[in-house]
Amino acid sequence: MKNFLLAILLTAISSLLLQLFLPWWIIAVAAFAVAYFIKQNSLLAFLSGFVAVLLLWVVYAYLLSAANENILVVKVAELMKALTKGSTTTLYLLTGLIGGLVSGFAALTGSLAARLK
Amino acid sequence: MKYFKLLLSLLITLAFVVALNTKFGQIPPFGKFLNPFTGFWQNAENVKAWKDEEANLDGLKDEVKVYFDDRLVPHVFAKNDEDLYYMQGFITAKFRLWQMEVQTHNAAGRVSEVAGENALESDRLQRRIGMQYGAEAAQEFIAKDPESKKLIDAYCKGVNAYIKNLTPKNYPLEYKLLDYKPEEWQPIKVALLLKNMANMLSVYEYDIENTNFITTFGEENFRKLYPDYWAGDDPIVPVGTKWSSEAVGSSSQQSNTEIRNQKSEMYANALQKPDEINGSNNWAVNGTKTKSGKPILCNDPHLQLSLPSIWYEMHLVSPSMNVYGATLPGSPAVIIGFNDSISWGVTNAGRDVRDWYKLKFKDDTRNEYEYNGQWMKTEMRVEHYKVRGAKEFNDTVRYTRFGPVVFDETFGVAENKKFLAMRWTAHLPSNEFKTFYLLNQGKNYSDYTNALKTYTCPAQNFVFASRSGDVAIKEQGKFPIRNKATEQGKFVSDGTTNKDEWTDFIPSEANPLSVNPERGFVSSANQHPTDSTYPYYYSGVGVYEQFRNRRINEILTEGKEIDVEFMKKMQNDNYNLFAQEALPVMLNCLDMSQINSAFKPAIEKMKAWGYYNNPDSKAAVYFEEWWMTLREWLWDEMLDPNNPMKRPNQVVTIQLLQTDSTSDFYDIKTTRQKENRNQTVTYSFQLAMQNIMSKYHHPDSVTDWGNHKATRVAHLAKQDAFSSLNVYNGGNIGIINATNGTHGPSWRMIVDEGSMKGYVVYPGGQSGNPGSKYYDNMVATWAKGEYFETNFVAKPEDLGVKRLFTSTYKPK
Repeated sequence: MKNFLLAILLTAISSLLLQLFLPWWIIAVAAFAVAYFIKQNSLLAFLSGFVAVLLLWVVYAYLLSAANENILVVKVAELMKALTKGSTTTLYLLTGLIGGLVSGFAALTGSLAARLK
Repeated sequence: MKYFKLLLSLLITLAFVVALNTKFGQIPPFGKFLNPFTGFWQNAENVKAWKDEEANLDGLKDEVKVYFDDRLVPHVFAKNDEDLYYMQGFITAKFRLWQMEVQTHNAAGRVSEVAGENALESDRLQRRIGMQYGAEAAQEFIAKDPESKKLIDAYCKGVNAYIKNLTPKNYPLEYKLLDYKPEEWQPIKVALLLKNMANMLSVYEYDIENTNFITTFGEENFRKLYPDYWAGDDPIVPVGTKWSSEAVGSSSQQSNTEIRNQKSEMYANALQKPDEINGSNNWAVNGTKTKSGKPILCNDPHLQLSLPSIWYEMHLVSPSMNVYGATLPGSPAVIIGFNDSISWGVTNAGRDVRDWYKLKFKDDTRNEYEYNGQWMKTEMRVEHYKVRGAKEFNDTVRYTRFGPVVFDETFGVAENKKFLAMRWTAHLPSNEFKTFYLLNQGKNYSDYTNALKTYTCPAQNFVFASRSGDVAIKEQGKFPIRNKATEQGKFVSDGTTNKDEWTDFIPSEANPLSVNPERGFVSSANQHPTDSTYPYYYSGVGVYEQFRNRRINEILTEGKEIDVEFMKKMQNDNYNLFAQEALPVMLNCLDMSQINSAFKPAIEKMKAWGYYNNPDSKAAVYFEEWWMTLREWLWDEMLDPNNPMKRPNQVVTIQLLQTDSTSDFYDIKTTRQKENRNQTVTYSFQLAMQNIMSKYHHPDSVTDWGNHKATRVAHLAKQDAFSSLNVYNGGNIGIINATNGTHGPSWRMIVDEGSMKGYVVYPGGQSGNPGSKYYDNMVATWAKGEYFETNFVAKPEDLGVKRLFTSTYKPK
């Protein structure tokens, strides 16, 4: 459990810092590295990667949107109606899911790689 | 197994990353677009975080301060003109970069670089009509004027200074959505932007359509349905004004017989024309008509309504000028506006400045064409298209002395051996920027005439008022001298001789002008510039306005003690003069015995109507729908896409309905029987009412005009989510408030020379970012017919407290 939380925290923090300068997919590298060094079973590694970036992205998106009085999120939810049915909640979830899946699979890859040691 | 799992997991991860980083068709790359660090979330502008800022910029000469007021209008204070335009470029890019680029990409035929193959045909058309070619000619010409060049270069430097500091994170939203990035801003783009305006405004010719009509229906019908002038017309220069000059040098020597022969042709290709409602109003009253004793000037250009708006509001101050008004994002200077001494505005001149010539090529190589009995070489221009997601496409366009060959075997409906070249004033070398630069710092009437002198295209009616009390209006542009006897340029011309070739242009001094007329006002609304006594022949068959002009002149003639409130009301006037003249005639033709009784209340509503297309009017819904249907069925002979024609104008249509009950045109082609006037008018009424009922189901639930018309201010990439939909307001074509479903007054301006105050509004907002509070914040004000008083001051100290933030820029 301790490792699980630690992995989440480290993945989130390193993703945050790296994304300030590098493209979004750097989260895969961050999640991979954290999972490589923090020993967990595959499922937990995936979950910690998934949860870390999902939370990071959703929370950051939410903060940006709140400061914007939600002007844009409503429009983009409408723009992507085919996926979101116009719901901003769905748009947040979609955002989180995308980051989470990439990060989760990268973490899974990291933990599988660690086992080759 | 360990390795297999690892490999599988790695592949899934990589597949996710690649897929989410790639654009599929219209679908943006989700990873790039949705991540909150660089994706669209970053464009969610913080509504409160406006902070003063300071920066050092490469290429500035001196310090510039920019004060943003509570509508995000920048007040730029520079110490020299170069810095002023540098900053205009910088600030415009900051708020409108994507729009600037997409408009010039469109003009240059480069949309397929972003949008892919779907845009290729429209791109080809842009190049084939010589948009890029014309822009290059203009740019070369501008470069010969050192001052213009210097200032345009400064503007571009400013735009590029902004672009250079951009990172993917702060790209405008549309770049993220369409997944591409901004490119450097070059002087050619300034020229392209003006060509874009020319392509919207100086394309009112119907050579092909007229030729098709006269071939199909004969000369007698043509004379009747397309008169050069009509009774009760009210031109820009008041009837009876004496002309100071005789016409000089008319160029065509063609005989009437030759012309007739040319007319027996049909052409399947014609260029689509802009929406018929495109046009504008402007007027200025002098001190004899105003409360203050000083002139008041008004202008509202009617264009396609868009977000971001075509206009960007600015206040530009340097030691040589203090000017305020509407700028075109991408071009330096104020286009419509006022300074501390004068004000000016524009409406479009509907005059024909584009002619089509039928060429004869020697052989299938199309390398040589016949001209005065000799073979002349064409010049080839190969146009390259870097189509996104497809192979590069090359297109050869042949240029002749009559301009580019637009239609040939490779473009347009295949029509063997009908090669059409296009001569257009937008291809002439010209420097429109200079006109606006001079107007921006103009002090009086003579500065105004001097500024206009060289203005070429798109031809405009420039209205003018000065603080010292003058009002004037001049139709300015370059107009070819045309032969009246042969109606040169009204039909497709013969490109095998010089007989119909342009040889000279009407001297600028001879362009229609009205200065301080006795009636105390000048005005224009895209009508005839003059009556038929004007010494030079011109035509604008079918496009000259017939209603707004008369309504404007009627109001201004009666107006006394006019003030700004009066003008506000007038610009938003919804009186439908056309309906007043057409409806009684239409009602008279109704065969009441044939009318479905459920539709009779609609007739009562129309009879009781005061002819105002106010948003809450129901009668306007019935009338407009009926008229549209009637027009469709009355002129159904002209809807064959392979034989394009222009439908006669409203005045002619009313006259036909009034005076002729049996014309062949009443017949509805798709029915077996032969309809007469009353049958067609009745039929169209029934049909229109059925359409209304199928939409609203019950007579009582028919909505009002504002809801029915449901004006949309559409995003430039046609994204509904970024558009203002269902904007509730009145008006329509032919009405001073010329707002239909998609077009309308794109900028309303009133300038009171007495108080030196401007009142402006436009249906949009200062920011081009859909994620900004200032993206569409003025739409509601515009729809209500209200205005903002401009913060027009000489010194920053006088700007007052209504200020969002201040930017200070210093040289690096």
